[in-house]
Amino acid sequence: MRTRKSARAGQYLALLAYLVFLAFPFLWLISTAFKPPRELGSLHPTWIPKDPTLANFRQAFDEQPLLDAALNSLIAAVGAAVIAVLIATPMAYVMARHRTRLARAATGWVVVSQAFPFVLVIIPLFLVLKNLRLINSVPGLIMVYVVWALPFALWMLVGYVRAVPTELEEAAAVDGAGRLRTLVSITAPLLAPGIVATALFAFISAWNEFFFALVLLKTPEKQTLPVVLTHFIGAEGVADLGPLAAAAFLATLPSLVVFAVIQKRITGGMLAGAVKS
Amino acid sequence: MTSATVRKRSVKRSARGAPDGGGGGAGDRLVDHGAWFLVLPALIPILVLSVGPLLYGIALAFTDSQSGRTEPTQWIGTLNFQDLLHDTLFWDSFRIGLLWAVGVTIPQFLLALGLALLLNENLRFRWLARSLAIIPWAMPEVVVGIMWRLVYNPDAGILNETIRDLGLGDGRDWLSGLATALPAVIVVGVWAGMPQTTVALLAGLQNTPRELHEAAAMDGADAWRRFRTVTWPALKPVALAITALNFIWNFNSFALVYVLTNGGPGGRTRLPMLFAYEEAFRYGQFGYAAAMGCVMVAVISVILALHLVGRLRGGDDA
Repeated sequence: MRTRKSARAGQYLALLAYLVFLAFPFLWLISTAFKPPRELGSLHPTWIPKDPTLANFRQAFDEQPLLDAALNSLIAAVGAAVIAVLIATPMAYVMARHRTRLARAATGWVVVSQAFPFVLVIIPLFLVLKNLRLINSVPGLIMVYVVWALPFALWMLVGYVRAVPTELEEAAAVDGAGRLRTLVSITAPLLAPGIVATALFAFISAWNEFFFALVLLKTPEKQTLPVVLTHFIGAEGVADLGPLAAAAFLATLPSLVVFAVIQKRITGGMLAGAVKS
Repeated sequence: MTSATVRKRSVKRSARGAPDGGGGGAGDRLVDHGAWFLVLPALIPILVLSVGPLLYGIALAFTDSQSGRTEPTQWIGTLNFQDLLHDTLFWDSFRIGLLWAVGVTIPQFLLALGLALLLNENLRFRWLARSLAIIPWAMPEVVVGIMWRLVYNPDAGILNETIRDLGLGDGRDWLSGLATALPAVIVVGVWAGMPQTTVALLAGLQNTPRELHEAAAMDGADAWRRFRTVTWPALKPVALAITALNFIWNFNSFALVYVLTNGGPGGRTRLPMLFAYEEAFRYGQFGYAAAMGCVMVAVISVILALHLVGRLRGGDDA
């Protein structure tokens, strides 16, 4: 019995260590965002700002076009999420329900696409989009994000489709409903929560994406939030820690909120995918 | 994760009876008739914006394509690859990429395994750990990089302050030190990738038969023995899959290190993706950078193949 007790204590100690490791960088970011310049300049930084201020946030908005960037990010992320889910849902349905060569090829592509070094895709995409005059445009970026979001959208959706029993669809078919009608009126409503979760996950991924945006968006007024954030880091390293932290903190909030809302569904969906594979 | 998975799936499904009613022959059809209109909206973008560019990218590796040049691009055969062979900077970066990928993937796996085992226990505050474990996952990589720059900051950073408080010296400039830069970014990589790994392993754990665990405990098996004989065999497929994926993702990563060090100091953290990015979009050497991408794909394919072989062999044992 005593060994059990000490084992429990060890487990709690380990859990505490994990909590510190996971939480402390994030707490430090928040703390830095609210510190006045005087506290940031001191050689003995404090954990909690003695004299918290919002000045860093104001300065961040003055220094960089954060509002434009947030708007660009929002358009890119919402556009990519909506389009990706609209075109992925029917394909995921076919992949889940029909054992065909195309379905197998698509599954293979979903897996292989995880292994691309993006540099091999971005150079041709850059050349093609340049010829189409879609460089430095948010719609061009959306096109790229849609395809980039498709693999995991298909992956999640296939799992959700499999969870819908086929009996309902068969019953509808017996009643004389066509394929499209069955999909729209029987399967889609049952899939709705999964589709929403997939869309929100695609939203977060696009909101957070950096590499494609860095390459494809050239001028500050077209750039997304992650790209604009890097402008706070000058060529000489970090100039202003306070505004940098404030802007970084703000850029995280939307994905944190969305993730908190759908966390269970995402992990649930991924768990299902991981277990089934 | 590749063809073995696919095969297993189709076997499972045929055992259940294919819903389209087409017995054994269904697998040989390209598409179920009448399903084309459901597939095309996704298939066309995939072909045009993913498969197409990939093939185009491979083709570019055999050309002298450059940005902003007026003469037409020409085929130059394997010249880029021959140059690459003698490009010591590229191989330095390749070595750093492998070091980084191994250095991140292994601790990531071990830490995530520990956390998953803890979260699988009936502990108080488990919900708090679960919620916190998600934070790195939801954050933009750029923010993760910025956040750790604040932690590592030589004067105003919490790491050096802690070191000073503990009386261990003055701390140092972690990200610009030649010896400390790579370990410092590896720590960030481990932190950033832990959630996905933890979640996947937790799924594997919840898949292990609890009765077996209890039976082993009744037989007096200690924790380590129970882990080795009951937990690990059930966890192994998920563990292998997630480790292989993590290795590939880490080898291909870009944003974190771009923000943390931009490849510095003196190229000590210049991952292959950073090198190829600079070659393509700073120096405009599209063909040469595409050749780098091809070499990276080749290495990843070898790793995937080895992994598959290992997995199939593991399957024979079971």
